[in-house]
Amino acid sequence: MNMKIKLFSIAAVLLMSGCFNNKKSETVSVESGTKDLSSNFSKNIDLEVYDFNGFEKFLNKKDDKVYVINFWATWCAPCVKELPYFERLNAEFKDDGMEVILVSLDFPHLYENKLKPFIKERNLKSKVVALDDPDMNTWIPKVSESWTGAIPATIIYRNDHRKFYEQSFDFEELKTELNQFLNKNIYP
Amino acid sequence: MKKSIKLVSAVLVLIVMSAFTITSDGYKIGDIAEDFSLENVNGKMVSLSDYKDAKGFIVTFTCNTCPFAVAYEDRIIALDQKYASKGYPVIAIMPNNVKVKPGDNLDAMKERAESKGFTFPYLIDADQSVYPKYGATKTPHLFVLQKTKKGNVVKYIGAIDDNYKDASAVSTKYVEDAVDALLAGKEVPEKETKAIGCTIKV
Repeated sequence: MNMKIKLFSIAAVLLMSGCFNNKKSETVSVESGTKDLSSNFSKNIDLEVYDFNGFEKFLNKKDDKVYVINFWATWCAPCVKELPYFERLNAEFKDDGMEVILVSLDFPHLYENKLKPFIKERNLKSKVVALDDPDMNTWIPKVSESWTGAIPATIIYRNDHRKFYEQSFDFEELKTELNQFLNKNIYP
Repeated sequence: MKKSIKLVSAVLVLIVMSAFTITSDGYKIGDIAEDFSLENVNGKMVSLSDYKDAKGFIVTFTCNTCPFAVAYEDRIIALDQKYASKGYPVIAIMPNNVKVKPGDNLDAMKERAESKGFTFPYLIDADQSVYPKYGATKTPHLFVLQKTKKGNVVKYIGAIDDNYKDASAVSTKYVEDAVDALLAGKEVPEKETKAIGCTIKV
């Protein structure tokens, strides 16, 4: 009986978290970058833009740091929803030898009026780079053979050890995955 | 009480399990695609079996609200205009949960089909039962089927072409190459391709 309740609650939590994700995703606004922001402040933001060849270095660092690479876009509601978790992860663990890199797949013609205002307004602290390479069929498999191309998608790696996730995260899940890579007993 | 908890938990576990299997399953190249009966924007139900003279189909999972799907709209229309008369009509299916994406509901679909002048059916996967069978994960996501005696065989899965940004800068038209090959009785040159798209909203 005990076990069934446990099973029930696990299932319920899983279900609820699934429903929660879905319900939330519709309400996230990507229109929040106002014109004021785009005309006044966002010009100050330097956005690094890469094609895949230029970007690939971010996937292959061998400096013993843990890299959490998240592929997202301002138009992707589930991506926008999970961004705060990546931000929090970066804030809490950056001193433990890890770095979050947010890789925007926004349309290049919207960098100025959408992406930069978004970065400014959300006050994103993690490193944001833009990947602009239309030949997706060439570069998507180089990121991961198992990636269908849906976003959000995330890679966590340290040197040669890496994992790819085509899924949405909450903070606890992210932390759990990160901890495997940090391999430290941070949480007593 | 005990019994109902047992029942509810069993149902929940089943639902959760099916949710996980859905993401990993789906048609592979060479599989037979099941037929379906889905509501079109004109209120009529559409099945593949309605197309007696078709040689195959360009089944396109797409929607109103995904920027990538929108970027490809004109090219989807062009595919239908080029290949419907040759026996490969486009069948567009909107797979999103409209509670999550109200901009994809049937009324919005009707509006879009009218304003863009869709020449093909734009069907709603209202109970979200069809896209998991295909293994579609995003919009746009295309499946080229060839009609055979055994059924509709999956011959191509993936993107329309290799440049979402600029139709004039495309160097490989994956879907056209696939259908042209099938029409010529040849092997599809590139059977699976990858592209960024919007996750199907469940």
